[in-house]
Amino acid sequence: MTAIASPVSNADQIIRRGLRLSAAGLLGLVLVYVLALKYTPVEARQGVAQKIFYLHVPAAWSALLAFSLVGLTGALYLWLQDPRLDRFSAASAEVGVTFSAVMLTTGPIWAKPIWGTWWTWDARLTLTLFLFFLFVGYLALRAALHDPAERARLSAVVGILGLLLVPFIHLSVYLFRTLHPQPIVLKPSAPSLPPEMLRTLLVSTVVFTLLYIGFVTARYGLALAAESRELEENPDVG
Amino acid sequence: MRLALAVAGKDVRAELRSRTALLSALVFAALVLVVFNFARDPTALSATALAPSVLWVTFALAALLAMNRAFTIERENAALDGLLLAPVSREALFLGKLLANLAFVGSVELVTLPLFTLFFNVSLWPRLPAVLGTTVLATIGFVAVGTIFSAMTVRTRHAELLLPVLLLPFMVPPLIGAVQVTSRLLAGRPWSEMWGWIRLLAMYDIVFVTLCTLVFPAVVDE
Repeated sequence: MTAIASPVSNADQIIRRGLRLSAAGLLGLVLVYVLALKYTPVEARQGVAQKIFYLHVPAAWSALLAFSLVGLTGALYLWLQDPRLDRFSAASAEVGVTFSAVMLTTGPIWAKPIWGTWWTWDARLTLTLFLFFLFVGYLALRAALHDPAERARLSAVVGILGLLLVPFIHLSVYLFRTLHPQPIVLKPSAPSLPPEMLRTLLVSTVVFTLLYIGFVTARYGLALAAESRELEENPDVG
Repeated sequence: MRLALAVAGKDVRAELRSRTALLSALVFAALVLVVFNFARDPTALSATALAPSVLWVTFALAALLAMNRAFTIERENAALDGLLLAPVSREALFLGKLLANLAFVGSVELVTLPLFTLFFNVSLWPRLPAVLGTTVLATIGFVAVGTIFSAMTVRTRHAELLLPVLLLPFMVPPLIGAVQVTSRLLAGRPWSEMWGWIRLLAMYDIVFVTLCTLVFPAVVDE
């Protein structure tokens, strides 16, 4: 690895690459807005409110991607003990929390005009809320631990346990809801979207994935820079 | 297994000699029950409608309190290092800690149950074995996760705060399951309505006890 020669410049490179990717993602986001507002047809029953779909669903996709990767890299870390995996998990968890915040804010804004309520204890809603809490807890634990190796091990364990918790929460909130039938929720399950909508959704998903990669790369580079700075200041610790 | 019992026995003996933690946890559980009674509008909501949720929220809070001390007692005089140096496998150590926690949480639950029937005027007696069985099934799972998180958070300065933040999401599936089964038991519903939930509780126990035993070495080993 070239990092041994000059870790700081290497971190700089990674940060710059991450920022470039994020900038491309943000430009893509502008495209998504234009597509959503101009290109896609207005949905017959929901009207303009449905446009939020093009942000909400891709944000949810990125959040789920982020959280699954935290669990998987956690498991890999316990096996391979590679600090790069830990840095990636931490970056991914932070970005995942951001995307789930987007998802949890756009959700109620969409739900209010369509379902008539900001919040309902729908199974999927509850699941994502708990995912959010789970990873806020994960980050809180990371912040409270100072020894890098210890922090990596413990947060890897939380990531793995969290990954296995998801099916249980899903199953229990699903059983909970279906056993207590609620007023019918008008959700567009839309098996066949009009092609314009589908294309816009796909573009948006690609853009959000790009944003995810960009943010994680930048965050990874920042963590690397912070580590090498610490190492420079007190070399005997490493 | 014998070693696990030895570890658990050590904790139980230490607890029985001081009794402070157990007594405070019991008083705490009783207080939560009393507070809940006043948090309910008696004209709007009958005691039986709310009873299962109250019971399980009380259990959850008391368990959180109890599990906080599982590893804090080992922090004093670096007792945990002593335990780790002892010729005990990490798995046995975890199971021992789990058993001790179960004994602790279990005894709090055992004392809370009669108080609960008294305060909320529900009759558990005809369904007592089933209620106890549900309690055991739901408790094992979240105490297993709580034991491992307690071993983690004790290394931080905010253990009392971090443990609930980490553990509460993990308590959700067992709590939902236990409340559902308990309310159906109290309402005298047939078994077929509870079977799905009981399976969920059992699955949770199997998955998390196994997983926590497997990853525990990563938590304590340097």
